[in-house]
Amino acid sequence: MIAYIIRRLLYAIPILIGVNLITFLLFFVVNSPDDIARMQLGAKRVTPEAIEKWKAERGYDKPLVWNAAAPGVAKATDTILFDKSVRMFALDFGRADDGRDIALEIRSRMGPSLAIAIPTFILGLFVTVSFALLLVFFRNTALDVGGVVLCVAAMSISGLFYIIGGQYLVSKVWNLVPISGYSGGLDAGKFLILPVLISVVGGIGASARWYRTLFLEEINKDYVRTARAKGLSELHVLFRHVLKNAMIPILTGVVVVIPLLFMGSLLLESFFGIPGLGSYTIDAIGSQDFAVVRSMVFIGSVLYIVGLLLTDISYTLVDPRVRLK
Amino acid sequence: MFRPVFLWSDILLWAMVAGCIALAVYCRRQDYLRRAWRRVGESGVAMASATILAAFVSVGLLDSLHYQPRLPAQEGSSEVQYAPEVLSALDALVADLRLNKEKTYSAPLATHAFAKETMERDGVQTRDYPRLKWGGAHLEEVAGRDSDLARRAASGAFYGLLLWAVVVGVAVGWMALARGAPYGATCRTVWRPDTATTRPIAWRAVFVTLAVLCVIGGVTAAWAAGYHVFGTDKVGQDVLYLSLKSVRTALLIGTLTTLVTLPLAVALGLIAGFRGGWWDDAIQYLYTVLNSIPGVLLIAAMVLMMQVIIDTHPEWFETAAERADARLLALCFILGLTSWTGLCRLLRAETLKLRELDYVQAARAFGVGDARIMARHILPNLMHIVLIALVMDFSGLVLSEAVLSYIGIGVDSSMNSFGTMINAARLELSREPVVWWSLAAAFVLMLALVLAANLFADAVRDAFDPRFQWRARRILKKVAA
Amino acid sequence: MSGPDVRHVVEPLLDVRGLIAELDTPAGIARAVDGLDFEVRAGETMALLGESGCGKSMTAGALMRLLPDVGYIAGGSVKLAGRELTTLTEAQMRESRGSDMAMIFQEPATSLNPVLTVLQQIGEVLATHRGLRGAPARARALELLNAVGIPDAARRLDEYPFQFSGGMKQRAMIAMALAGEPRLLIADEPTTALDVTIQAQVLDLLARLQRERGMAVLLITHDLGVVARMAHQIGVMYAGQLIEQAPRAAFFTRPAHPYSKLLFDALPDAARHGRGELATIPGSVPPLTTAFTGCRLADRCPQAWSRCRDEAPAWHEAGEAQRVRCHLYDPAETARAAPTATAPSTVVADGRIEAGQARLLSVRDLKVHFPIRRGVLQRVVGHVRAVDGVSLDIRPGRTLALVGESGCGKTTVGKAILRLIEPTGGTVSLDGQDVGSLSRSALRSLRARMQMVFQDPYGSLNPRMRVGEIIGEGMGALQQGGDGMAVARLLEQVGLRADMADRYPHEFSGGQRQRIAIARSLAVQPALIVCDEPTSALDVSVQAQILNLLGRLQRDMGLAYLFITHNIAVVEHLAHDVAVMYLGRIVEIGSVDQVLGAPRHPYTKALLSAVPRADLDAATLPQKLTGDLPSPADPPSGCHFHPRCPRAQARCRTDVPVLEGHDGRQAVACWFAD
Repeated sequence: MIAYIIRRLLYAIPILIGVNLITFLLFFVVNSPDDIARMQLGAKRVTPEAIEKWKAERGYDKPLVWNAAAPGVAKATDTILFDKSVRMFALDFGRADDGRDIALEIRSRMGPSLAIAIPTFILGLFVTVSFALLLVFFRNTALDVGGVVLCVAAMSISGLFYIIGGQYLVSKVWNLVPISGYSGGLDAGKFLILPVLISVVGGIGASARWYRTLFLEEINKDYVRTARAKGLSELHVLFRHVLKNAMIPILTGVVVVIPLLFMGSLLLESFFGIPGLGSYTIDAIGSQDFAVVRSMVFIGSVLYIVGLLLTDISYTLVDPRVRLK
Repeated sequence: MFRPVFLWSDILLWAMVAGCIALAVYCRRQDYLRRAWRRVGESGVAMASATILAAFVSVGLLDSLHYQPRLPAQEGSSEVQYAPEVLSALDALVADLRLNKEKTYSAPLATHAFAKETMERDGVQTRDYPRLKWGGAHLEEVAGRDSDLARRAASGAFYGLLLWAVVVGVAVGWMALARGAPYGATCRTVWRPDTATTRPIAWRAVFVTLAVLCVIGGVTAAWAAGYHVFGTDKVGQDVLYLSLKSVRTALLIGTLTTLVTLPLAVALGLIAGFRGGWWDDAIQYLYTVLNSIPGVLLIAAMVLMMQVIIDTHPEWFETAAERADARLLALCFILGLTSWTGLCRLLRAETLKLRELDYVQAARAFGVGDARIMARHILPNLMHIVLIALVMDFSGLVLSEAVLSYIGIGVDSSMNSFGTMINAARLELSREPVVWWSLAAAFVLMLALVLAANLFADAVRDAFDPRFQWRARRILKKVAA
Repeated sequence: MSGPDVRHVVEPLLDVRGLIAELDTPAGIARAVDGLDFEVRAGETMALLGESGCGKSMTAGALMRLLPDVGYIAGGSVKLAGRELTTLTEAQMRESRGSDMAMIFQEPATSLNPVLTVLQQIGEVLATHRGLRGAPARARALELLNAVGIPDAARRLDEYPFQFSGGMKQRAMIAMALAGEPRLLIADEPTTALDVTIQAQVLDLLARLQRERGMAVLLITHDLGVVARMAHQIGVMYAGQLIEQAPRAAFFTRPAHPYSKLLFDALPDAARHGRGELATIPGSVPPLTTAFTGCRLADRCPQAWSRCRDEAPAWHEAGEAQRVRCHLYDPAETARAAPTATAPSTVVADGRIEAGQARLLSVRDLKVHFPIRRGVLQRVVGHVRAVDGVSLDIRPGRTLALVGESGCGKTTVGKAILRLIEPTGGTVSLDGQDVGSLSRSALRSLRARMQMVFQDPYGSLNPRMRVGEIIGEGMGALQQGGDGMAVARLLEQVGLRADMADRYPHEFSGGQRQRIAIARSLAVQPALIVCDEPTSALDVSVQAQILNLLGRLQRDMGLAYLFITHNIAVVEHLAHDVAVMYLGRIVEIGSVDQVLGAPRHPYTKALLSAVPRADLDAATLPQKLTGDLPSPADPPSGCHFHPRCPRAQARCRTDVPVLEGHDGRQAVACWFAD
């Protein structure tokens, strides 16, 4: 089992290198820094000097992969590839267009992001799994059919409308919570409750329907028949037998997103004005701050790969067939 | 009078229509496909959804016949000039809606503007709601609006139903001819089919849905001839017109995206699963890398880069429509590039399973070559997965277009789409009174489109995926005491 | 809460009257169980016998009230110890399940929950029905595991099902069923998924437990051999109905219903070896959605006349305690002679070709090893020796049966001979040509000389191709010009109609599919066909049709077969030579008469005696084999069989015996052979 985990860890390295290469290609090869400078400066202010200045400010004036002019090792290190891409492995992301250190910014924005993401994740998982179990318990009845129709309808509504509708009703019409904003400490609760609720409600449709199919697939298996033949109650069969087996495929989808919770939610944070990583990313996209977008791409991939590792480990916890082999 | 314009997306869209017809012909010949589609046809929900989807598709197709109108000849010049603006057949059909703009916001079916204006009445400066230029302009008395609306609704509904009756009458007649049954009997079997012994195509669902659509369409058309049915937006454009124009964008994103990357996913999945070894490792590496970049961020990065390319090469595009079109296609491609991995992985896993099946072994025992085994034995047994992916992805893509356009990495801001509509309207919720109609229009149309697509996709999956087949209803019969 | 407490000894424990169970299927309502009447007494085994699709398992489900989602009980009564079960509430029924009546299933591999330990799964029953938890439950579970003969039970309690072998899983299932101390045990094909030696162990266990506990057992099976070994009473089911009921002795000496007789006649065995064709039952079981008017067997029965088609037969006495649902036994029909067993239709001359002819296929020291990779770098740390030095010869027109239990490597041998799996070592030569050294194109022309028929008739035909295309594919691939005429001729050769070429595989039954597969392999006119368990997925009556077809083709076309099977009866019927495999090696090889008549290797002896025979004197001295088949990844040293061998001595543990035969006796790999 340990060999298995070590192997997965080793496998992560070439993938990270691949991600890094892709971002490098995307941000520096597809368009040259000159092109980017020209676009960002706008047609009016483009002069060769302005472009050079823009590039120098950001460290884009170096050669892409090989600096023939530099001495010794610097031939390889004094380049854009090394400066902008390789350094990311050491979590050194450089500075944003506004001159702030990206790594520092990320650290300070993680808190608000997690404050929304973690309650959403836990509550969402609990609600959707229970809802799916409920549907399965009443399978082949009108309740189940109605529930599924509800799920399909719910997943046919764009996430934007959940947010807009929720904000309008709860904050504006009923005046229950502030419409947006954030503060640290215990005060945060009143700002968080609405975004958390909205994203839980918005997610029910698709996930509950997916879990329901997983449960139904399990419930048709032979061991469930055995359990019933023992005289166990339907609830006991569902919770002890079906749920435990269905957890295995559910985990694949769920554990992998846990590390990504750090990234926050783009939409929620921007609508509710929460100073998390999601709104940071959105702002960067809006202002075309490529350094920030590049950093977020890299961090996202690292977190995803960590998620894959966690998934592998969680398998060994739930599935004795993986653990004991 | 006009010069046809072929945008790339038009060409692809019409090619897709041709492809669908070819596929339909192919399906008729392939026994298993015909049976599966028949199962779709037996489902009332699926047929009703298909009818709604067909309505959306016809709007989208009308909007995909583009042209440039000829400008009136200039004095003393024999040169023929065309307008820089590219219009579509839909634009021509609903020219009233397109051209009759108001100054700014107005509520649905309103006769007066949303905001007060300073104006002169009988020589006195007053602040009041001005009459609209188009909405209800034909009314002498504003008080007569409600009765006017009712009258128009009645006649609209009547003409809608008339149209419906003609269509259904012809369709049933055609069916009667095909079956060689008398007309009356055909009507009866369509309306109340004998479900005890046969599993008939759910024509009734189609006709009922069609009736609803015809009535709604008739009423809307009747109202639209004199009012802004969904109101107007900030710059006074008719919201109904904007919504209709958004349909094409949604359809294109939903279908082209999967189609452009389909060959990639199928080829790579097939090769990885069938060849195994080095090929498999390389392809798995490729999609794990792509997969590990969170989707939105990858899309954002690629769209930003695409923007730079488009902005630095303005000479590539003759008209604004072409530029917006190129951007839309690029967006489809980017969305496809980030989403093919899921399908590829599915196909690879299925190929691994199929490769070990006895009939593949039997073909090998005859010395049938690898390429032939893939084409004859593996690919046909994967087609249902491809088809299911195609229909299942559609609704997700339509929804993601809205989100991406909201974030600012979606379609060109000059292009009509549900995303741009929502984005433009969302801040107006804080106005007092609320400007809700743009959002409501986008909401209703998107919900109708996506819900129909989801329901149809479910039926297709149930019909094609052996695992979901006939999850039967239970008849709760109690034991005789 | 409970029924009447007073019970008479003679009163049946289980009393089923007019039971009807239906399934709501896409094709309509299927009446899977139609008016069943039977009873089972304490301490007695009642066997329900029938082919697949007869409603046997549905009967079991109806008794437990555990039908699939689309199924329901539509009428009748089920009384357990005088208590009516069909009217109980679901909660009352739950109390009964697992305590009054328990059930074991066919597939032990899927019937146990993979993520719960054996103790947890037994503990559930103890907690629910006996109120035992914690240490007492553990002690009781330990007793149960010991009672079902699981070695090292204390340790195995905390193991998961996947750590158990197939036979051990079924024992654990039985322990679980016993935990509620049931008075009735329903065993649904309890040994069908197991190898014969394991089957013998499990059947003995069931018989012993029944004796000790005085349980009633309802045994559901398709295997006449298992019935002969286990049953006291027998009920034959056909198309949802019981058609004959008899005590064991009467049934095996004088089966009354034409269908029962046909079942016996369709069984292959040595008595008819080489001399004739098996009796077959034409057609297949009618779908249960049919609205029957006459006798359900009418279309397949050789003795049917008009009355059988118009009028459903009632029960008639056929002897003491023997009842038959057949018009022939109607006292009014005495004019019709008491039916006699239909003799095999044709008696053919022995088609054996004398030995001494040139070898068609010659396999020498064939090895197939699969690497086992472990650790961080996935290094090869060992090999699964699936086939470890197999040598055999087949002459033209003859059949060599390769016999062994699952996992012994017999299928791998077949595929390696065809180079569907690349052999690790050894040579395979066909007509003197070395198959292993051939280039791709040379191999292709050789492919026309040998073909394969696979086990699963559902997996071996591409569902997306028409039958004509399937058969034509081989001809096309080998440039033999597969035109419509050739396909039609082949279809007729295997007993199908020429116009079936335009249909798709899903329109055919299992037996018909197997015929199509045979036609496909015949398309290239091979000299050798490797048949990999071609009949193991088929019912007895259909198996007889396929065996007859294979026999006829051999006589007509001089085909040679490598017949891979675990079914000794089939071997007796159709093979000329037999090779017995154990863990990748052949332990005994020789002619059928030698190997089956006078086996020399202890494994062969054990294997033969474990096969349940469909006759009354089934109680021969079984040479019990203990333990399970070891893993081919880690085979025992020396003679692979020594840990299970009753004769093993020190030498067997260290030295590998050589396959040798002297004085015209069959070759055997054993240091202490007879």
